[in-house]
Formats: sequence, C-alpha cells, structure tokens
Amino acid sequence: MPEKTDEKVRMPLRDMPEKRASDSGPVAAARRYASARAGDAVFKGAAWFFAASVIALMLLIFAVLLKESWLSIKTFGLGFITSSTWDPVALEFGALPSIYGTLVSSAIAIIIALPISVGIAIFLTEMAPKRVSGPVGSAIELLASIPSIIYGMWGLFVFAPVLSEYVEPFLIDHLGFIPLFSGAPLGIGMLPAGFILAIMIIPFISSVTRDIFRMVPPMLKESGYGVGATKWEVIRKIVIPYTRSGIIGAVILGLGRALGETMAVTFLIGNAQNISISLLDPATSISATLANEFTEAFEDLYLSSLVELGLILFLITFVVLAIAKLLIARFSYQGGKF
Amino acid sequence: MKKILLLTIIFLAAALGTASAQLINGAGATFPYPLYSKWAYEYNRATGVRVNYQSIGSGGGIRQVTAGTVDFGASDAPLGAKEVEDAGLVQFPMAVGGVVPVVNLAGVGPGSLKLTGDVLADIFLGKITKWNDEHIAALNPGVKLPDAKITVVHRSDGSGTTWIFANYLSKTSPEWKGRVGFGTAVNWPAGVGGKGNEGVAMYVKRMKNSIGYVEYAYAVQNKLAYAKLGNKAGNFVEPSMESFQAAASNADWKGTPGFGVVLTEQPGKDSWPIAGATFILVKKSQSDCKKVSEVLKFFDWAYRNGADMARSLDYVPVPPAVYGLMEAAWASEIRCDSQPVWGK
Repeated sequence: MPEKTDEKVRMPLRDMPEKRASDSGPVAAARRYASARAGDAVFKGAAWFFAASVIALMLLIFAVLLKESWLSIKTFGLGFITSSTWDPVALEFGALPSIYGTLVSSAIAIIIALPISVGIAIFLTEMAPKRVSGPVGSAIELLASIPSIIYGMWGLFVFAPVLSEYVEPFLIDHLGFIPLFSGAPLGIGMLPAGFILAIMIIPFISSVTRDIFRMVPPMLKESGYGVGATKWEVIRKIVIPYTRSGIIGAVILGLGRALGETMAVTFLIGNAQNISISLLDPATSISATLANEFTEAFEDLYLSSLVELGLILFLITFVVLAIAKLLIARFSYQGGKF
Repeated sequence: MKKILLLTIIFLAAALGTASAQLINGAGATFPYPLYSKWAYEYNRATGVRVNYQSIGSGGGIRQVTAGTVDFGASDAPLGAKEVEDAGLVQFPMAVGGVVPVVNLAGVGPGSLKLTGDVLADIFLGKITKWNDEHIAALNPGVKLPDAKITVVHRSDGSGTTWIFANYLSKTSPEWKGRVGFGTAVNWPAGVGGKGNEGVAMYVKRMKNSIGYVEYAYAVQNKLAYAKLGNKAGNFVEPSMESFQAAASNADWKGTPGFGVVLTEQPGKDSWPIAGATFILVKKSQSDCKKVSEVLKFFDWAYRNGADMARSLDYVPVPPAVYGLMEAAWASEIRCDSQPVWGK
C-alpha cells in the first residue's frame, strides 16, 4: 500500500517538463516531493490559522465586552439582570426589560414564522408546478436581502397604521379579556415588533427548509405513495420527520437574526423600559436600547452598562446556538431510526 | 502602462493637495448638524479651510474631544462648570433653539391649546391621563377637549432635546424633579419612545390624542399643532424665533462659570420657557498651535457672519453681546505650548 501511495504522488511530477539533467533521477524527485510536502505544510498551517482566527475573534470580542462592562458588573452584580429600573439620571441600570423584550419579540416571531415558512417550503417542493416554484423561490430569496432599515420604515409608515386601525382594535375587542391583548391600539409595541421580525425571518427559514425538503430521497416518498399514503401523510410521516434536524437548524438561523435585529425593532417596539404583560404595550429590546442610547451615553457607568447589555446578548445568542446544536444532535440520531 | 502611471500620479497629487489644505475635524451633537454643515460649506468657499463635522451624538463628541481625536466637540446639553474644568475644556454656545410641546387633537390647531409647566409635567408623569382632565380644562376655557386617553410620546434615544425638556419640567414640578430629574435620557414614567425628533414628530402626527416634544423646526416642518406655554412672567407665549431670542437675551451669560447657561424658565414677559443653547467644546491646552487657531477662526467667523444662515435654518443665533465674552474666554483660557492662542 505505501508504495502505491508514493507512486500516486510522484506520477504528476514525472509528467512535468524537465529542463535540466539534474531534474531527473530519484534524488531530484525526492527533493520535489519534499517541496510539495512543504507546500502542504504551509497550506495546512494557513488553513489552521484561518480556522483559529474565527475562534480567536470570538474570544477577543468576548474579552473586550467583558473588560468594558466590568465597571457595570462590579457595580450592579447580578442585580443588573434582575432589576427592571433603567434610570440614566440616577445611574441605576437593570437589564430585565431589555432581556424580556428581546426574548419575547423573538419568540413571537418564531411562533408566527415557523408554520408559515414550513407551509411555503412544502408548497414549493411538493405541490407547486415548476413555473410557479421558480419565481416564488426567487422572490423569497430577494426578501431575505432587503436591508432591515427598509423593513423598519415600512413597518412604521405602512404596517403600524394598519395594525392600529384594524388589527389591534379587533384583538382588543375579541381577545381583550386575555391580559396579553389589553391596552391601547398604538400600532407600535411588542406585538408589532414580533410581526415585523416574523416577516424578516420567514425568507431565511423557508428557503433553508425548502432546500432540506428537496434532499428527502424520492424513493422514500414514492414508497409512501406506493403503499397508498396521501400527500398529507407523506409530508407529515416521511418528509417532516426525515428533515426534523434541518428544520430546527433553519429555526435557529431565523432566531439568531431575530435576537440581534436592531433597526426594524427600534422603529416598532415603542422603546419603553418597562415590562408589561400586554403584547400591545410598548417595550424595548437589548439591541433597541443599544441603538437608542449608545450615542449620548457619556458617563462611564452608563456606557459600561450598555456594553454589558451587549455582553448579555452575546451570551443569549451563544446559549441559543448551543441548545440548537444539542437538539439537532438528538433529533438526527432519532431520525436515523425511523 | 503609461496611462496607469499617469493616473497614479494624478491621484497622488490630488491626495497631497487635500492633505495640504487645512482640515478641521469636529464631532458631536446631532441637533446643530445642519447648521454646522452649512457654516462649514460657506467657510470653505470663503477661506478654503475644510471643516468636517460628524454628528455622532453629544456623548461621543465629548469623549472624542477629551481624548483629542477631534479638534472640537459639540454638545446640546451644557456641561457643568466642574465637568468642563475636569475635562480641561472650554465651552461656548453657538446657537439657540427651542423645544415645543406638540399635540394631535381633533379640532385643536397650532397655538390654541395652553399648558403650563406643572400640567405638562403631570401629563408626562402619567398622572393626568385624559384630555378632559380638570387641570387642562381650567387652562383652556372654550376649547373642546375630548374624553380620550393621552398618549405620551418621548424620545427613545439620548438627546439634548430631552435634556432641555426634562430640565424645564424639573424646574416647574417638584415631583418631576424628585422622581425623574433631567439628563439626555431619563427614566420615563409613561409613554412610547420615538427615535429622533423625526420619530417623535411621526408618532404624534399618526397617533390620535398624543402629545410629544420636538425641536421647533420639526414642529414647523411637520405642521404639528404646538401648545402655548405659560412662562415665568405668567404670560402664555407662542414658540417663535423671537420668543427663543428673548429667552437667550435675558439669560445671565456673564455670571455663569463655563458658560453652561441653561435657558429654561428664563425671566422676561416674551421668553419661551423651553429654550436651550448648543455648545462647542475645545481643549484648553493644545499642542498644534496652527490647528487650534484655525478652529477658533472658524467659530469667530461663524459668530460674525453665520447669523443669517442660522435663521434660515430655524436656529436662533447667540446674542451679539455674547461674542465678546466668548472671545475673551478663548484669549484667557486656551493655551498652546503655554502661549495664548487667541488675540495675540
């Protein structure tokens, strides 16, 4: 075996044009072989370096965030996460409203976006004729590339008036007995922010889901149809279980975008540092607080507290991704059995 | 190849050309940005000196000028005498503006609603929640006020506008002073936050029965219904260039250390009670003598030639009596290599 590998390596070298006599013969070949090995080592080193630089960058960001927020961490300790007072005048800072807003608006977005995205993906892969699925698929990919400021302005100027005129009065009249839907129809608040986030992440989730639905082996589906299953049964019992880990991956991709989304949320969430059970009330999120207050924060403690908010967002995203990896690992194991 | 060489030479020459022209860098408050850009443009045409102003926010401006990364900083809120001293800065006002309460009420046009500072504070505290509240009705006999909930709109971002407005409420309402206080951002007891003057103007325009506060220019441009305010002398005044000017000229510029004059609740029967100046900050001890004298020349030019440009953009220029004071301060406080820079 080793001889054979050697032969393979040397083969292309022998085919090279030979200019000097000394270029031939086993010694020269060995030298060339060694220089090829050196090239390999350089390449390997470079690849390692690039891969490591990603990790290094992440660690550096973490270190800088930690360093800059140290003053706030020292001053407020755990109280920073549990307090809901955000008072720049008295220099008392608590991140709870921002954390709550980030998590709840992203959760609303996922709850709305997931079924719609899976529906779009099923339609595109299982039902739509080719001349429909092509343009619709491209349109969805285009949606994903619209800058978030455009979504924010569209949300504020077009979407919010519709919400405050029609959607929110309807919710208040019919579901107002649930505290979640009490309050005034302002058109801006937690729910509108969740809606706009949902619209923003649908393209991501649906295009990834569509691609993984396409990877379901046709034989599996045809076997399903062969034993008399309906389209619904094939989708529910074969396509979705087969692609479960992929769907979770797509959701995480969407969630990652929703958690960190800034401008669109800032335009629509209402930017009020409070925690209200009602989804119609104005709220805030970590990224919205940062976008709003970073420019005018002069005092060291104020700035440090804002950086600590950034650190918390970093950790939340990290934890969400870690949970996702675990889920994917678990579900793909089960998926193998089915 | 020759072409490329030629192009490179042209580019290099161009780069050198710009580098040799004087360039002044400034950063800070967003409110005076249109004014400073206009001045910079006209100054460049008149003298060839380039002034580059980045509107990154007052906080950033103060940080950058203290760190020495820009030649001047700009802040909407005055720094206290001690802060100015500690940071080794000189502070001087460049323009005056007014903050205006704006409302969206069916049938209520500009200037037909009257408010006082304590009622305004109670509305923003969330204590007065309905438009037909007796306190509002008592000030407005004959105005039809709806039985509707008040939606309070405030700034979500840190801002000099908020500083001025909250400072006014602190002066007129002890409860506001105790519970909220003032700063570029405060802990709002009620309401929704809009980003920027344009955000607040947009929200008030769209939401029925809302009240907010914006810089005067935004109220004019968006045709919002502003309220008249009762001033310290007990008169109800309209927001206008004249009433802002009145507030500025009644202020005690000379007796305020660091010139951090706050123009809210100024005496005088014509004074608009929520006025404020926007300030420039320059380091006291300088090392680049040529640069700092260029900076001061620019502001001297702006004081003497910039008033009409300011008015055309809805800013009120500082009263002429103030220039002399400021330039005396430059001469006595700014040093380069321990030598005075101005008025040599």
